[in-house]
Amino acid sequence: MSLAKITQVKALALAVPGDDIDTDRIIPARFLRCVTFDGLGEHAFRDERTGPDGKERAHPMNSAQAARIAAAKQGVMVVGFNFGCGSSREHAPQSIWRFGFTALVGGSFAEIFFGNSTALGVPCLTLSKDDLAELSDFVQKNPDVEVTVDVENLKVSAGAKTWKADIAASARNSLINGKWDPIADLLEGASDVAKTAGGLAYVAGK
Amino acid sequence: MAKTLFQKVWEAHTVRQLPNGQTQLFIGTHLIHEVTSPQAFGMLRDLGLKVKFPQRTFATVDHIVPTNELKEPYSDPIAQEMIEALRKNTKDYGIKFFDTTTGQQGIVHMVGPEQGITQPGTTIACGDSHTATHGAFGAIAFGIGTTQVRDVLATQTLALSPLKVRRIEVNGKLKPGVYAKDVILHIIRELGVNGGIGFAYEYAGTTFDNFSLEERMTVCNMSIEGGARCGYVNPDQKTFDYIKGKPFAPKAADWDAAVARWKSFASDAGCKYDDVKVYQAENIRPTVTWGITPGQAIFIDEKMPALETLNAADRQTAEDAYKHMKLSPSTPIKGTKVDVAFLGSCTNGRISDLREVAKYLKGRKVSASVKAIVVPGSQLTAIQAVHEGLDKIFTDAGFEWRGAGCSMCLAMNPDKLVGDQLCASSSNRNFKGRQGSQTGRTILMSPLMVAAAAITGEVTDAREVFKV
Repeated sequence: MSLAKITQVKALALAVPGDDIDTDRIIPARFLRCVTFDGLGEHAFRDERTGPDGKERAHPMNSAQAARIAAAKQGVMVVGFNFGCGSSREHAPQSIWRFGFTALVGGSFAEIFFGNSTALGVPCLTLSKDDLAELSDFVQKNPDVEVTVDVENLKVSAGAKTWKADIAASARNSLINGKWDPIADLLEGASDVAKTAGGLAYVAGK
Repeated sequence: MAKTLFQKVWEAHTVRQLPNGQTQLFIGTHLIHEVTSPQAFGMLRDLGLKVKFPQRTFATVDHIVPTNELKEPYSDPIAQEMIEALRKNTKDYGIKFFDTTTGQQGIVHMVGPEQGITQPGTTIACGDSHTATHGAFGAIAFGIGTTQVRDVLATQTLALSPLKVRRIEVNGKLKPGVYAKDVILHIIRELGVNGGIGFAYEYAGTTFDNFSLEERMTVCNMSIEGGARCGYVNPDQKTFDYIKGKPFAPKAADWDAAVARWKSFASDAGCKYDDVKVYQAENIRPTVTWGITPGQAIFIDEKMPALETLNAADRQTAEDAYKHMKLSPSTPIKGTKVDVAFLGSCTNGRISDLREVAKYLKGRKVSASVKAIVVPGSQLTAIQAVHEGLDKIFTDAGFEWRGAGCSMCLAMNPDKLVGDQLCASSSNRNFKGRQGSQTGRTILMSPLMVAAAAITGEVTDAREVFKV
């Protein structure tokens, strides 16, 4: 299985501000009634985007910029702190990715969301609070300027500006080496797995 | 060197170091349900892989099961499709399935402990963020995504990085009318909803020593709401007594060795923690949420926070919360009108929760303006409750008595709020839209506080209503 080496993502960006955006907001539970991830992209942030009256709300995901990203199937979402908190549902990053986003930049990410995103090949980089505010502001004022999320060199740049970014070292390694889906590595460890299992009484049936 | 339980369990389950620097960790127990597993089985088939240790995966159905419609086919064809997919997948791969017909089905985090599958010193993973519940037994248990469910099915391992350990000590005796739920809501309020990112929480102190396993489960359950992927309590005699005799518990000949092994996993005296927090039980009062994150919480007799007392980031979330909740800063939460009362979930749907409420509910009536439902978390809990006559106490009071499942905690089944109904809920999340209506509102609280709200029709202090 050969995976793309994700060293950087260069694409138009969309700011979706706010802290503690939970996975229920990203993809409401009723869309989890499914046995595949197909079609989740169109429901990303559904209840934030559509009011109870069925009418579109003012939300970044309803903007022309979001539509451009959806059409291009690549984009950078600029979010706040503790993004993706709440449930473990992979449906959340799946919906964002299937909508068209290929990288996220934020203040911090909930751990399960971060792991789920990495396993999809979607890097989630963090910036300091002030830098994030600057990037978010820049993106909102300059929708036509592409943002570069440099996973390899740990920086985010847009226009003349460059900000120092961060991501867990293991995730960076996996992404830039094309090993972000861990299954091949995990399968390779089979003989060691048998050894570990053999040493665990409860696994051996005691 | 003195070690924490987390370190010991991690080391015992470490297979090897992966090229990216992560650990390949053996997952001794894998729990699955109908929502986050079908795609994983699909990936497995696409890759031509088999389930490596089918006897170490256990399945049940909980999220989509209707609680007032026990016959199939369910009126929701998608729910029917999901349960059938799980039946097929567990049959195809030889996985034990606690189906609705077994009398043992229930919320996955209740089935594991009830069956004795949940044991100290083990690693437990499940495609569900409330997997931390099992940490009450001294297991390292955490939620995973669907791709990781595939990883566990195919290899019984995961690629993970170790966590730091924060010891959260609560000492002393809780005052009457204050429960484990109040303890965890208080901890989250103090440490924040993202305070636990990067940490495993070790809950300790005399309050936890005196807690039953069910109370410990309530606290560990909501570790994730505090940002911690897992939380645990060191195993003790209560833990062993709880497990003894359960269907999957070690049998007579193996029991003593198992207990000795389990004891050895407890954190050593003098071990180092990355952080320590200490709280006094007597200072905790019944706690309720007022906002749209579990950290937006106050004691029942406090006023909701004034916006100007909050920092800029918290203020933005608070403004959003007040707007959604239709509540006002600097006013009491007590007296807020309630439309629905939900008693259940993997946080508070256990037999001890039902018993505690039933004790006070006799002779009381649910307010005419409130729809009140009680959803036992598992079929075994429901059977036990009926055996004790608790169902009758609830129905006499005007509660609807339902079948087992996750129900209105996340409203994937037909149990949903309507419009902007406000729900007094014993569940774990007050996120916008969480209970099935986009404009629905949730206030989290202990089971007895839910009962008090059901009776009076408003958010109120259970200690006053029930003379606790």
